[in-house]
Amino acid sequence: MFSLVGAVTASLATTWLLSSQLLPITGVLPVLLVAYVLFLVYYALLLSFTEPAMIVKDAVATAVIQTFALVVVGTLLFIVGFTIIRGAEALRFPNFFVQDMSLAGPLDPLSQGGILHAIVGSLIQITIALAITIPLGILTALYMNEMPGRFASFVRTVVEAMSALPSIVAGLFIYATVILILGLEKSGLAAAFAISVMMLPIMIRSSDVVIRMVPATLKEGAIGLGSGQWRTVWHVILPTARSGLTTAIILATARGIGETSPVLLTSGFTAALNLNPTSGPMISLPLAVFQFVKSPEPTMIARGFGAAAVLMVLVLVLFAVARWLGGRTIEKRERARLARIRRRQWWAAVLAPFGRLLAPVGRRLAAAGRAVGATFRRAEPPRRDSLILRGVDIVRVALVRLSRTLREWVRRTWVDASSRASEPDAPPAPAVATDAPRPEGDKS
Amino acid sequence: MTAAPGNVELADDRPIALTVHRARPDRIFRRLAFAGGVSVLAIMLLVGIFLAIRASDALSVAGWSFFTEQAWEPDTGRFGIVAIIVGTILIALVAIIVAVPLASACALYITQFAPQRIRGTLISLVDLMAAIPSIVFGLWGFFWLQGEVVPVAKWISQNLGFIPIFAVRGADPNDPLAPTTVFTSSTFIAGLVVAMMVTPIITSIMREVFDQAPIGEREGALALGATRWSMITSVILPFGRAGMIGGSMLGLGRALGETIAVYIIISPVFEIQPRILENGAMSVSSLIALRYGEATQFGMSALMAAGLSLFLMTLAVNFAASFIVARSRSGASS
Repeated sequence: MFSLVGAVTASLATTWLLSSQLLPITGVLPVLLVAYVLFLVYYALLLSFTEPAMIVKDAVATAVIQTFALVVVGTLLFIVGFTIIRGAEALRFPNFFVQDMSLAGPLDPLSQGGILHAIVGSLIQITIALAITIPLGILTALYMNEMPGRFASFVRTVVEAMSALPSIVAGLFIYATVILILGLEKSGLAAAFAISVMMLPIMIRSSDVVIRMVPATLKEGAIGLGSGQWRTVWHVILPTARSGLTTAIILATARGIGETSPVLLTSGFTAALNLNPTSGPMISLPLAVFQFVKSPEPTMIARGFGAAAVLMVLVLVLFAVARWLGGRTIEKRERARLARIRRRQWWAAVLAPFGRLLAPVGRRLAAAGRAVGATFRRAEPPRRDSLILRGVDIVRVALVRLSRTLREWVRRTWVDASSRASEPDAPPAPAVATDAPRPEGDKS
Repeated sequence: MTAAPGNVELADDRPIALTVHRARPDRIFRRLAFAGGVSVLAIMLLVGIFLAIRASDALSVAGWSFFTEQAWEPDTGRFGIVAIIVGTILIALVAIIVAVPLASACALYITQFAPQRIRGTLISLVDLMAAIPSIVFGLWGFFWLQGEVVPVAKWISQNLGFIPIFAVRGADPNDPLAPTTVFTSSTFIAGLVVAMMVTPIITSIMREVFDQAPIGEREGALALGATRWSMITSVILPFGRAGMIGGSMLGLGRALGETIAVYIIISPVFEIQPRILENGAMSVSSLIALRYGEATQFGMSALMAAGLSLFLMTLAVNFAASFIVARSRSGASS
């Protein structure tokens, strides 16, 4: 500990001496680099006075690993912060979100023009791309899992290779096929195709992993109960994998929405809002950033940073949602359910004394409900041809349902709680049994 | 009671073909899923085929000089890939050389050093960074990193300039007022930005590999009195070596194909330019982004040829990476 403090002090002092007195070192990065190297040397030296070589090595390696990790995380956070701070200048103007650039020139101040066209374009393109990618991706992942064989593993290999596809090559491919051969003009649709080609392998690989993680026992159970392959997939596999699949979709969306290069070749530039993906150029957020920062005007660059900040916030939100969904594994959900039950029991125990007081009221209410229900149930079956009678019929059914719900609620909340609290010997409810010892009878 | 009552013939003891009767929904589903698989396959093969067809015009004109010519002037017939490929590889190499130590340290920190409380946060933070759009990295590199790196590059070129790749033409170490523009827009800066982009990807692969290291061996090493660092060098790193190589190669694949960040930073040159600190660099993808707008039909075909070679290169790298990961001890289970 003392050597650490000593090394830090010594390196800072030496760096100051070097940078301000002896050597012409300027700039943040060079000074930091020099200070860091000096710190490592001093640290090793100071430790070696008292410790064996092995511990010195361990301490220096630990320091290096920790600083490198700090550098990575710090730089990444810095990149995010840098973009948002530089973008704040443009984000302050509300017109930035509701206008397009068709009436604003490069020399106009930031109070003119905005990126509405790019936001809308991004959303339209990603929607089309998702409409292609989600069904195709999940279907292919299902194919690889449900019909394994030589061809399926070939498909898997090819998908793996496809994720190596440089994004600009995806754009080039769509340019060569859709625009040059099919004769479509540069448009949002072509851009969406290019993004789909980019997103497909990501989508397939992550849904493949998720579907593979569905427990085999569940599948076997479904098949053992006599359901066909399709029913197993639809009612067992897909629901079980749902949260994972959602995560896969969102991750692919985050990647797809931020891609510039495939869009660059296929969508064309425009400064105006274009809602039609099939004709005319349609710009997206990354492309707008690209276009803005190519200009030498400071306001255009500020707009570029603003658009980049919007894009990044969009991606971060998508990612946070994905994390939240993906984090909800079955175990966690189960734990949350148990916690909920325990909370309810605690409240029941607390409320039990009141419940005992209220139980007669509840019982009377329940009886009243029963009576109401019974009265109506005993009534004559209504004649269907009369509108009024049909109305009465509907009201009757509603009342019966209401009384039944009320009865159920009263029983569950008050009567049960009070009886459970007043009879400590009663067997625990099934939900409680998960962490209580099992009754003897279960062992047979 | 005999085993075969009634009139079932047992004498003719031949195996019966097992037929599976599938209900109609199952048949439809199987056909649909098969169609999905086939269409994905088709898209993939079409990418290669179409690029090859489109590129064939340019390739037949250029012939073998496509692989030796440095200039890129398709309309005069003088164009070749060698300078651009060298530029691409240099940028990717700088990126990997910077990214791999950073990513290994980060992965080691997350798996071995970080307190349990912040582990989850760190993991999602790093994974999140893998989703940040490349244009954001490009902006950061152009508007911030470039200015900060120039003194470092200057220092390296002054003190290590005798090594050819660190030499810079037009820089005068004895003149403190010499223009610094020779140090901007270089391979080095582009490589640093790409390094920051691929670090999260490499980190997350390495983290998964290190996490699978057998806990018994780790605890055994510690119980025998090893320090944490010697435990890492004797257990974790040997166990994860193949995964580390594979992860780095996947990062290399990404670095080779990176377009926008590189495009924003470099100033294009069309010659083999191995001096990584000097202004001027080139990569295949930024060449395509740069020239597609003004390209004639033949120029487009030449760009397709460049794209095809980039595609084949990344494909080779990726296959090698997945091969290494699959063959390794840590990758065998995944």
